[in-house]
Amino acid sequence: MTWIFENWERFWEVTEVHLRLSVVPVVIGFLLSIPLGWVASRSNTARAILFPLANILFTIPSIALIVITPVLIGVKILDEINVVVPLVIYTVALMVRSVADALSAVPGHVTAAANAMGFRPLRRFLTVDFPLALPVTIAGLRVATVSNISMVSVGALVGLGGYGQLFTEGYQTDHTDKVLAGLIGTIVLAALADGLLLLIGRLLTPWTRAGR
Amino acid sequence: MIEFRAVTKRFEDGTIAVDELDLTVEAGTITVFVGPSGCGKTTSLRMVNRMIDPTSGTILVDGKDVLTVDPPTLRRGIGYVIQQAGLFPHRTVLDNVATVPLLSGWDRRKARTRAAELLEIVGLDPAFGKRYPAQLSGGQQQRVGVARALAADPPVLLMDEPFSAVDPVVREDLQNELLRLQAELDKTIVFVTHDIDEALKLGERVAVFQTGGHLAQYARPTELLAAPANDFVASFVGRDRGYRTLTFLHADVPVHPITTAKLGQRITVTDWTLVVDDANRPKGWLSGVDGEVEISEQDLISGGSLYDGSTLRGALDAALSSPSALGVVVDDAGAVTGVVKADDVIKALAKARAAGEVPK
Amino acid sequence: MGDWLFDPAHWSGTTGIPVRLLEHLGYTLLTLLIAAVIAIPLGAFVGHTGKGGFLVVGLSNVLRALPTTAVLILVVLWAGLGDFPVYVALVLLAIPPIMAGTYAGIRAVDPVTVDAARGVGMRESGVLLNVEIPNALPLIYGGFRGAALQVVATATIAAYTGAGGLGRLVFDGLALQEFGQMLAGAVLVALLAVLVDLGFAGLQRLTVSPGLRPVGTGGKR
Repeated sequence: MTWIFENWERFWEVTEVHLRLSVVPVVIGFLLSIPLGWVASRSNTARAILFPLANILFTIPSIALIVITPVLIGVKILDEINVVVPLVIYTVALMVRSVADALSAVPGHVTAAANAMGFRPLRRFLTVDFPLALPVTIAGLRVATVSNISMVSVGALVGLGGYGQLFTEGYQTDHTDKVLAGLIGTIVLAALADGLLLLIGRLLTPWTRAGR
Repeated sequence: MIEFRAVTKRFEDGTIAVDELDLTVEAGTITVFVGPSGCGKTTSLRMVNRMIDPTSGTILVDGKDVLTVDPPTLRRGIGYVIQQAGLFPHRTVLDNVATVPLLSGWDRRKARTRAAELLEIVGLDPAFGKRYPAQLSGGQQQRVGVARALAADPPVLLMDEPFSAVDPVVREDLQNELLRLQAELDKTIVFVTHDIDEALKLGERVAVFQTGGHLAQYARPTELLAAPANDFVASFVGRDRGYRTLTFLHADVPVHPITTAKLGQRITVTDWTLVVDDANRPKGWLSGVDGEVEISEQDLISGGSLYDGSTLRGALDAALSSPSALGVVVDDAGAVTGVVKADDVIKALAKARAAGEVPK
Repeated sequence: MGDWLFDPAHWSGTTGIPVRLLEHLGYTLLTLLIAAVIAIPLGAFVGHTGKGGFLVVGLSNVLRALPTTAVLILVVLWAGLGDFPVYVALVLLAIPPIMAGTYAGIRAVDPVTVDAARGVGMRESGVLLNVEIPNALPLIYGGFRGAALQVVATATIAAYTGAGGLGRLVFDGLALQEFGQMLAGAVLVALLAVLVDLGFAGLQRLTVSPGLRPVGTGGKR
C-alpha cells in the first residue's frame, strides 16, 4: 500500500490508462452484441453459428490475440488498439449469449400482448423486450466488465500500459509492493465498476423489486 | 391410526398455522383434510412424517409418538404423495418406485421386481418402467408417485393435494383409481385438498379446516352436508349442498324406454329421438321438429351427461343437462338402456327422505 | 505460420510441439482437478443449506477480478520459479465458474423434488448426493467446461515466468519476432481448447442421466 501513496502520480497515470483500455472495449462490445444477440434470439440458424463461434473466439489466449492483432491490422505492437480489439472480441463473445438468453427469456405472453396492441418490431424491441431483458443483460455486462478489467493487464506482457506495467516492472525488479499495488488497483477498479453497474441496473429496472 | 393431541404449530414469524388440533384418523380409512389456503391442512399433514415439527402437542402413529423416531426412519414407513408427484427426474420410473425399498436396504433385484408389480397395481404398463419422468403425462407421473409411496407397503399414506395439478378428466380417473386401490389395500390415508367436491367424493371422514388453523368440523360427508357446524363450513361446503347430498343416495329411479335410430337411416322424427352407434352407444339427439330426415352427423344435437345407475346426483344431472330433459341411462358397456326424468329423481329423493335415509 | 507449424524439426525433442502440448494439457487437467475438489463441495454445501449464498457470489466476483498475471508473478516472487505458481494462478481462475455453476445448479433443482426426497426418508447426505447433485450436473458441467476453456487459454501466460506449455511458442516467437511461431502457438491453444471441451462434452453425456436431457426440439418463440 505504501507504494501507492509514495508514487501516487504514477499510480494515477496507470489507473487512467487501465480504465480507458477496459471501458472502451466494454462499451463497443456491448453495443455490437445487442443486434447480434437479438438475431440469435430470433433465429436458430444464427444461434447455431454465433454461439460456437463465440466459444471458439473465447478459447484464443488473450496474449496471443494481442500479439497477432497488430500484424493483422497493420499497426505497431505498442498501439493501444492491440488491447482494445481483443477485448472487444471477448466482450462480444460473452455478451451475445447473455443478450440472446435475456431476450429469449422475455415471457411469450408479454410479447404477444405487445404485438396484439399494435407495436411495430423496432418499437416493441426498444420499449418492451429490451427493458425486460435488462436484468439478465446487465448481469452479463458485469461479468464482461470485471473480466475485461482483469484481462487488460495481459497487454503489459508485450509492453502496453495499465496496471499490468506494475506487474512486469515489479517482476523484473523483484519488487512485490509494486505488483501488489497493481493487484489492489485492479480489484478496486473491478469492484467499483461492478457496483456501479449493479446500481444502474437497479435504477433502470425498478419493477424487479416491486411486490417483495 | 393417527392421533393429533393438542397440536399447535407457530411459525417463526408468529403466524399460527395449526391451533390446538385434536383429531383421530381411524385406521383403514381415507380421511380428507380440506379448507382454503392458509388453513393449516398441509402443515397438519406434514407434521405426521415430521417434514415439519409441531411447536407443542403430540402426534401418535399407531400409538408411537412421532417425535421419538428419527425423521428419515419414520418417513420410510409412511407413504408420501405430493402435488406434481415430485418424481426424481434423473431416475427411471422403475428406480423412482424402488426408492424406498432401496433406502430400507432391500437388494436391487428384489426392489425392482416389487416396483414392476406396483406399476401394474396403479394401472401402468410395466414398459413405462424404463422411461424417465419427463416422458410421462401429468396423470401418469402422479400414478408413479402413488406407486412410489406404496412400494415399501407402508400402513399409512399421506397425500398432499396429489391430483390438483392435473386436468379434471384425468383427476376423476385418478380419484376412482384411488378408491379402487383403497378397497384392495385398506391403508390409513390422510388426503389434503382444497377442493370440497374431491373431499366429499374420497373422504370417509372429512376434516374442514378454517383460516387460522382451526378445525371447524370433523364428520362424515353426509353429516357435513346436512348439518354444517358453523357459517364457515356452510359457505365452504357451498350453496348447492342439497344437490351434493344426492351424491350419497343410491335409490332406484324408474327407467323409461326411448326411441333410438342409427346414422344414415331415413326416418320421420315426431318426438325426441336418440341416435346410437352400432354398439347401441349414444351419439346425440334429434329434436321432434326435424320431420323426415336421412340422419347425418351434423343433424345431431349433442347430449348431456350419462347416468350409469350409481347415485341420484348422476341421474338428476343427466336429466338436467340433456337437451331433451331426458337423462340417458347406460350400462357398464356404455350401451343405452333407457332414460330417466328429473321428476322421478325428486320423487325418489322424497321417498328416501321419508324412509329416513337422508341425514337431517 | 504453416511453414513453422509443419516444419518436422519443431515436432521433436524436449522443446518440440508434442511436449509443449502435453505440458499444456497437464497444467489444464491438474488445475481443473484441484479446482473441482475445492469448488464443487463448497458450492454444493452452500447451495444445499441455502446459507452463505452471498459469500459464493462475492468470492466468485473477487476471484474473477484477480488478474492471473499478477497472481503468477506474486507467487513466483514469493516461492520462486516453477510449476507451483502456475497452478496457484490457474486454480484461482478456475474456482469461480465451477463454484458458481455448482451453486446455481443445486439451487435450480425443483424444490418439489427435494421435498419428495426428504419425504420418502432420505437423509440430508442422501438428498445432496443422490438427488441434488445428479440433477445439478448439467449446470455443474456448464461451469466446469467454462473454467476449462479459460484455463486452457490462460495457461499460455505460464511461459512468461519461464514455465512450459504452448505459451512458450507465443513468448519465444515474440522474443525472436517470429510471427509464424506466435500464430502457431495461438492456433494450437485454440485447437486444444476445442478438443478438451469435446472431451468433457463426452464425459457429460456419459454421466448425466438421460432423464435430464431437454424434451422435444425446444423450438423458438
